[in-house]
Amino acid sequence: MPPFPQAAHTALADTQLRSNLRHATHTIRDKRQRVVDEVDQWEALRTKGAQVKDDMLAHLDEHLLTLEASLTARGAIVHWARDAAEACAIVAQVATDHGVDEVVKVKSMATQEIELNEALAAQGIAAWETDLAELIVQLGDDLPSHILVPAIHRNRSEIRQIFLDHMAGSGRPAPADLTDEPRELAGAARLHLREKFLRAKVAVSGANFAVAETGTLVVVESEGNGRMCLTLPEVLISVVGIEKVLPRFADLDTFLQLLPRSSTGERMNPYTSMWSGITPGDGPQEVHVVLLDNGRTNVLADEVGRQALRCIRCSACLNVCPVYERTGGHAYGSVYPGPIGAILVPLLKGVGHDAQVDSLPYASSLCGRCYEVCPVKIDIPEVLVHLRAEVVDAHRDGWPTGMDLAMRATSVLFADPGRMSLAVKASGVANRVVAGLTGLPGVHGRSLPGGRAAIGRLPGPGAAWSDARDLPVPPRTSFRTWWTQTHGGRDETAGGRS
Amino acid sequence: MTARDDVLARVRSALHTATPRPLVAPDQPASRSPETVSGTSDATRGGATSGLVDLFEERVADYRAVVVRCTEAEVADAVRHGLADSGTVVVPDGFPDDLLGLPTGARRVTDDGLDAHALDAVDAVVTLATVGIAETGTIILDHGTGQGRRALSLVPDRHVCVVRADQVVADVPEAVTLLDRSGAATRPMTWISGPSATSDIELDRVEGVHGPRTLHVVIVV
Ligand code: SF4
Repeated sequence: MPPFPQAAHTALADTQLRSNLRHATHTIRDKRQRVVDEVDQWEALRTKGAQVKDDMLAHLDEHLLTLEASLTARGAIVHWARDAAEACAIVAQVATDHGVDEVVKVKSMATQEIELNEALAAQGIAAWETDLAELIVQLGDDLPSHILVPAIHRNRSEIRQIFLDHMAGSGRPAPADLTDEPRELAGAARLHLREKFLRAKVAVSGANFAVAETGTLVVVESEGNGRMCLTLPEVLISVVGIEKVLPRFADLDTFLQLLPRSSTGERMNPYTSMWSGITPGDGPQEVHVVLLDNGRTNVLADEVGRQALRCIRCSACLNVCPVYERTGGHAYGSVYPGPIGAILVPLLKGVGHDAQVDSLPYASSLCGRCYEVCPVKIDIPEVLVHLRAEVVDAHRDGWPTGMDLAMRATSVLFADPGRMSLAVKASGVANRVVAGLTGLPGVHGRSLPGGRAAIGRLPGPGAAWSDARDLPVPPRTSFRTWWTQTHGGRDETAGGRS
Repeated sequence: MTARDDVLARVRSALHTATPRPLVAPDQPASRSPETVSGTSDATRGGATSGLVDLFEERVADYRAVVVRCTEAEVADAVRHGLADSGTVVVPDGFPDDLLGLPTGARRVTDDGLDAHALDAVDAVVTLATVGIAETGTIILDHGTGQGRRALSLVPDRHVCVVRADQVVADVPEAVTLLDRSGAATRPMTWISGPSATSDIELDRVEGVHGPRTLHVVIVV
């Protein structure tokens, strides 16, 4: 993947993508606000969520051992994986032991992170994604762009075409007379996937929570594809990040309030499944749990960054992020996009090795909205600033001249929302002035793919950095001004029930 | 070193090297603890107020589920009505006969270990529940007596669920406390809030993807 600034160029030039994203993120965040406002003690609940996770992390080793013991006592087989390769090998081995050439999958960030589907494909095992959005992404040979709604960048007519073109290649074809009505598209997915659910022998899932004292794994979902995978196959393999542990069953009360409201903006998601090991006569009779590190202990060792392990992957921070809204998920080059991705990826992988990873802490204006909505109070701006310093330190000797200066200038510029607001307004003004001098719309005659105007060179400390890259021309109305103008009076019609 | 030893060693070393930062300061009193819940709630002692049942009914209906309220004597009729024109109905072990009403001509299917394909040929399922949550309109099955194993309330396209008013609690913390105390915590559980739904296509909500497309809830008062 190219570093964030370049990838963002392409995304910014895609107007369809941007309008889909704007519609989606605004719809979800408005819904979220309504259901959050219903809860009297929302702030106290956030604090409690953060505290439960922090207390858990401070004794993570003990909780993992308790979880292992509870799971084992309930008949589950517990595996440990240091990294992605080990986790994939464990899953592949279980599938191979059962002689299957396919598995059905519940949407899971952990399995995307370890690139399980690719690893299984290399062993001749097809991994069928069963979440509707994941199915759209998989059939379209595409990448997810949002944690919660991975196909947020596709509209209904694109989805119809993907179904017509690709369903036949992996099972039951889409009906020839398929329209682009969401109800019909969902119906086509139902039929296509049902044959896979009914015949599947092995399923793979993640878990939203893993309760140490009872060995209970929890999967929160909407469509029922999760229930199908967790219930019908003979064998279930769950890949669970070590930070997903909750000490006690009682802790679920906090998180089952925080997660659905923050995530889909619902009081409760349609289906939540809980299971603990094996239940004779009900569901899979062989249950594996893979406890995954893959960099999480690096995050744990970073005292500022550790709070990122509280994340419950609700995606509220994506939906309020002005940068995400304009670039979409792909620009982040990772399964974890948006503000959480901008901190989690560098924390998991470490900085100083990869230009793409190192660019992520700069993919933010530090406006602070992500922190305000985060249900477990992760201070994302604080971690971003901390990581920027680490990136700069890591490049003391080897950075292209001027880059660290430019990066630091950005971070100073954006360090507080007041200054950012001024700076952004100034850049809107500057653009009009520059455009007036040079003729519309481009500056220095450069343009980006998609015809969007580009600035060739930034003044001041940004010059050295921008010499090598084009930045999209700031819009004529600055983002904040535009936001104030459009958001307040926005006509809210879509998005279903509140 | 095994992966297990290695991961645990890394966790311990991370906890050792990083100085724990102060926890987030509580800026408001923490949310209710289980103790206060049990001390103040009528619901956890079994006796939901009619206000709770009203809220439960309203919130379940919000999800575009069908909700009806009836007396004990009317349940069989309400169930029959909820099953509509289903030709085959799977009835889990322990579902009380006096609550069961089947549409004329419908065949009752017993779960004698039906495989997924056999279950897929069944039109509807009728179950009891274990807890209802008023605030969120959620029904919880712990798949005990009268509720069937998990697949039963998943594969057939219509789910009729009978909930007693005294099973309704106020909110999520009360439900979790109740389940924790009753020992249900290690049972498989399904929390159901409305019919299966997706908003994956342009965030247009569509009811009914893989789970039952019709959820019909009968509240017995
Ligand atoms: S960082 Fe917070 S807001 Fe963002 S996905 Fe994680 S829990 Fe949600």
